[in-house]
Amino acid sequence: MSDDDAELELALRFPILGGAFLMAGRASVLIKRALEEAGVEAGLVRRAALCAYEAEMNVVIYARSGSLSVEVNRRQVRIVAQDRGPGIADVDLAFTPGYSTASAKVRELGFGAGMGLPNIRTHADQVAVETVPGQGTRLVISFERTSKRDDSS
Amino acid sequence: MNLADVQKLLAARVLAGEEGLGREAGTVCGSDLMSDVLAFTMPGTLLLTGLTHPQVVRTAQILDLVAVVFVRGKQPGPETVEMAAQQGLPLLSTELPMYEACGLLYSKGLPGCQQARGQAAQVA
Repeated sequence: MSDDDAELELALRFPILGGAFLMAGRASVLIKRALEEAGVEAGLVRRAALCAYEAEMNVVIYARSGSLSVEVNRRQVRIVAQDRGPGIADVDLAFTPGYSTASAKVRELGFGAGMGLPNIRTHADQVAVETVPGQGTRLVISFERTSKRDDSS
Repeated sequence: MNLADVQKLLAARVLAGEEGLGREAGTVCGSDLMSDVLAFTMPGTLLLTGLTHPQVVRTAQILDLVAVVFVRGKQPGPETVEMAAQQGLPLLSTELPMYEACGLLYSKGLPGCQQARGQAAQVA
């Protein structure tokens, strides 16, 4: 975390399998439950769960395998989605609403509309992407626990 | 409007989560794009959709949606129904197509998410 001296209140990590659509979203649901149990503000839980789910879907849709993790301290919630996969050729383009490289099969599920990363950017307080084409992607999504946007949800 | 009234209005069958029919739907979203549902809905929203795969239930769980109505007589598979039953998420199925189902609910005063957000902003 950027705030290394703040003690961790929660740390969890889940493996994600590429192409496992029936399981997709399970890790995010478990993360959501854990955040609720840890007493994280309801509005922030919803934002974090939504971003975790979009990130998890991206790993399932595009990558061979990966993981989804969450860390909480008194100032921040941080979600990290890391995968071994094709990487993102053009990060700016990938954050453009409506841009997608998803297959027809994925679109039939109601995903792959080019809204995942833009949606994450909208709901998170900070997003960082590290990607190596042909190797994989690491997406770090951070939320401030004192964010004014969570005052009423 | 509570879900039992929604069920009557749409002449819908209950596929799962019957015990939750007393819950209130505050807003409605009609969409076949889970990406849009994720981007625009509020907690307590009733989702109308033509998609029936388990991802719909997962999306409802992430977003705290109150229930899901499958339109134009769509039947979900057993995985979807079972997943919803485990969570106590009401699943309904109506023969009405999307436009008619949404129109009926809207005509009874149930707002869309965008509209409800606008009203909340005005009050604040």
